[in-house]
Amino acid sequence: MKFFDRLLAIDRRIIFLFVIIAVTLPLFSKATLHIEVSPMVKAVYDAVDNLPPGSKVLVSFDYDPASAPELQPMALSFFRHCFSKDLKVVIIGLWPQGPVQANIALEDVFRDPEIKAKNLKYGVDYVNLGYMAGNEVVIQSMGSNIHTTFPADYTGNRTSELPLMKGIKNFDNIDFIYNLSAGYPGTMEWVQFAVDRFQAKLGAGNTAVQAPGMYPYIPEQLVGVLGGMKGGAEYEIIAKRPARAVSYMLSQGVSHAVIIFFIIIGNLAFFVTRGKKKTS
Amino acid sequence: MRREVPLIITGIVGITLIISYFIPHTPFNLLQDLFTDWYQIVAAFAIILGILNLLRISLDKVYKKKKGWFFGLVVVLSFFFIVIPGFFFSGGRGFQNPGTPFFWIYFYIYIPLMSTMFALLAFFVASASYRAFRARNKEATMLLLAAFFVMLGRVPIGYYLSSWLPESYQLATVADWIMNFPQTAGQRAIMIGIALGIVSSSLRVILGLERAYIGGE
Repeated sequence: MKFFDRLLAIDRRIIFLFVIIAVTLPLFSKATLHIEVSPMVKAVYDAVDNLPPGSKVLVSFDYDPASAPELQPMALSFFRHCFSKDLKVVIIGLWPQGPVQANIALEDVFRDPEIKAKNLKYGVDYVNLGYMAGNEVVIQSMGSNIHTTFPADYTGNRTSELPLMKGIKNFDNIDFIYNLSAGYPGTMEWVQFAVDRFQAKLGAGNTAVQAPGMYPYIPEQLVGVLGGMKGGAEYEIIAKRPARAVSYMLSQGVSHAVIIFFIIIGNLAFFVTRGKKKTS
Repeated sequence: MRREVPLIITGIVGITLIISYFIPHTPFNLLQDLFTDWYQIVAAFAIILGILNLLRISLDKVYKKKKGWFFGLVVVLSFFFIVIPGFFFSGGRGFQNPGTPFFWIYFYIYIPLMSTMFALLAFFVASASYRAFRARNKEATMLLLAAFFVMLGRVPIGYYLSSWLPESYQLATVADWIMNFPQTAGQRAIMIGIALGIVSSSLRVILGLERAYIGGE
């Protein structure tokens, strides 16, 4: 019985050691895993895939580097998808770090030979309007006039002088909105203001913690949602471009298994010691 | 007057925005645009105010050698370490462009620091799950089972563990069912409750009954 008592009082550093092994070792593996594409991810993919070339897509980067491991792969695969379909991309951020994360993603995507060959031009094929303070009020304001909400892009060019922005006044001229969100302001605010108020079409990529909160909005107010790294991996699979998220899935899977293993042995020890206490 | 003016502004803006939602025509749409512009300006100033306040508190802590003064010093030094290169040595408005000193600090210092902080969560979640996730009663057991199925069903390992079962009994299917039905129903109930709470507290603020935000009771 002492064994189970000891198990209950296990040093947390032992658990930490197991977690670090579970997370890091699989990163060195090149094993390919079976990843099923969920209907929610497929819905977002189809919504983008069905847009005709030249359609305008607004991408809102509402996260910071803490959530980048989950959301950055989603940004990459989404940009790659948009540019390969010749869609026009307008980037904004409701989080101050968002537009920088967008620049990092763009830099990565432009290294892709297929995208590089398209010779995409800033201001014509994509723009980054930068960060704007005001949370959901920024969305509300964009519904009236994007040019007054963002008078200049993140480098100071006047928005009205950017060729891509000349045909865009408000959400009526945006064919699809994609929100990458790690909290507030994020997808919920986009649903409440851009979708409910201005009937915009919205898809989202969320952290795994946040994604379940978006389920009630699907499919009426939200086309679909990419939840956590798994959602990112599914998007890469459906786009037939397995990349970062797919390669991280083994690591995530093993770490989930380790946590479940600890929960099971913790409960086992709990029941055995509780039974002993009752008897005594 | 210090109390009445904010209350009057809140009341007028709140009522106008409610009306403009249902009647999005002149003059309400124009007033709505005006108020959202003002809000954005106030929000931008609030950021500056927040930064100055943080600096003031940190500098005061360092100057008076209060408890934790060293962390205050780290805040002040980090602030200038990123602000000075960002403002003066990163090409003006294009400071967020790859290749600038600001971007270098962001990419090689800020991102790893933030990622490290967030990655620590995995260790604490594992440790906390081990200690707290116990089937002590019926509710806890249901939560435990739901967590078990969702955690395994959402990763490829779940597929390999249950691929020999008929599809409707596979871990991924069970996880999807939990997420789509009981989870969504629970979320909806919570959201409706929150929405009703927001409506009632917003009305209290607009009507001037709730004054905690201006220092009242």
